Amino acid sequence: MSYSLHLYGRLILIALRSRMQYPASFVMQLAGTALLTGTEFVAVWALFARFGTLAGWRLEEVCLFYGMSNLGYALAECLGEGFDKFAQQVRKGDFDRLLLRPCSTSMQVAGSGMDPMRLGRLVQGGAVLAYAAVSLGGAWDWLEIGLIIGCILSGACVFVGLLVLQATLCFWTIESLEIANVLTHGGNEAAQFPFDIYGPGLRRFFTFVVPLACVNILPGAVLLERGPTLGIPAWASWGAPLMGPLFFLISLRVWEFGVRRYRSTGT
Amino acid sequence: MRPYLAVFEARTRMLLQYRAAALAGIATQIYWGVVLAAIFTAFFARSAAVQPMSLSQTITYIWLGQAMLALIPWNVESETRDVIRTGSVAYELLRPVDLYGLWYARVAAARFAPLVLRAVPLFPFALLFFGMAPPVSGASASAWLAATLGSLLLGCAITNLVHVSMLFTVDPNGVLRLTIPVVMIFSGSLIPLPLMPEWIQGLVAFLPFGGLIDSPFRLYMGHIPASDAWIVLLHQAVWTCVLVCIGRSALKRGVHTLVIHGG
Repeated sequence: MSYSLHLYGRLILIALRSRMQYPASFVMQLAGTALLTGTEFVAVWALFARFGTLAGWRLEEVCLFYGMSNLGYALAECLGEGFDKFAQQVRKGDFDRLLLRPCSTSMQVAGSGMDPMRLGRLVQGGAVLAYAAVSLGGAWDWLEIGLIIGCILSGACVFVGLLVLQATLCFWTIESLEIANVLTHGGNEAAQFPFDIYGPGLRRFFTFVVPLACVNILPGAVLLERGPTLGIPAWASWGAPLMGPLFFLISLRVWEFGVRRYRSTGT
Repeated sequence: MRPYLAVFEARTRMLLQYRAAALAGIATQIYWGVVLAAIFTAFFARSAAVQPMSLSQTITYIWLGQAMLALIPWNVESETRDVIRTGSVAYELLRPVDLYGLWYARVAAARFAPLVLRAVPLFPFALLFFGMAPPVSGASASAWLAATLGSLLLGCAITNLVHVSMLFTVDPNGVLRLTIPVVMIFSGSLIPLPLMPEWIQGLVAFLPFGGLIDSPFRLYMGHIPASDAWIVLLHQAVWTCVLVCIGRSALKRGVHTLVIHGG
């Protein structure tokens, strides 16, 4: 396990170094990505400017959810690039080579790529979260700050888990499916806003199936002293972020099941 | 005119083959529509003030936006991109057609085919299950269709400008990264333009991008009365002409200084 992690660190560093060969292009693309994701926030801001509140939530409160979700998603997009591009490996038959090596396939796929450009979203999410922290966070103690960091990491676990599941689908479909994108990009879009505004179907789905609510609004509502949210008591909300790593572990199990079913395309 | 229509027709026919992919895409569109409708419903729920657009109009706007997503000029046409990058643009210069017109016909097909593939199946869903309203009247419906054609022509002129810029930059990503946010904000694809802050409405009305998404949709729902359709069409036509002229003269300059990559 520690050997795997060590190797993963090496692979990621190599990928990062290869991306940094063109520093000017890197900086420009980073700025471009920050700008692009920044426009998404312009929409939120413009709506609050017109409507004042979102079903009782204030702008700074929504910024907390928005920032946490985007930071987690940015980390996952950056580190999960290998899973995102996995369809290519299956189609070309490159995955066969990974099977021959004496270490775990999921680690090798994860290490096969990283996209620092995606960190542009990190800039945007960080700025929004900082705004939320300044306007709300006067009274946060260390425990609560720890909870926020835990939520971000846990959110990254959920999004990486989704990317792993999306990649696992490729074992059957060979092609990458646009629809798989709904859960990652669409999940982030949904999690940027408090989940209690959605219908019961979407709400339950994002609490119990893909636990994005558990790493976002449930602990977030505790921080904002909102009392029970989505019908879940406050004490459970403190533990809710644990659902993130759990989801990730389950998705790795599914991945292993997929690997056993893998049949090479034979090229 | 004939060769360009032939290119348009052949391309459209080819692109209409990708029906399964389009069907899978529709599930994505339905998800986004449901989430966006929930967000706007929640915003409207607590607001006592009268807004420039009602909730039911906004929901119709959202579903139109999902059905007609392909109208947004958010990418470049893949063949034109490859032709410029690989240097085969040299062959295209030899053809007895106008380069600008050829690229325009290609991108028109690349927008039109996905538009049909997504809009046709999504409309019945949105009308039956998701609270989208039909056009308010026959006149509004025809004004909307005319403005959709205008939007298509305008969007292709915008994309062709990006194509021409590739003669100077080779890689379109830099220019696209700058244009996409502008198009997204000012076309109405992020939020309906009437819901933007008042102080920016003047700029919004002046810029060409509202003609892509916002004004056709508002004609559909009667938010702009059908009798005012000529203003929308004129706005689209003037901007299309301006952008085509800029594109043409830039293309002339670009071809003069063109360096063919590859060998």
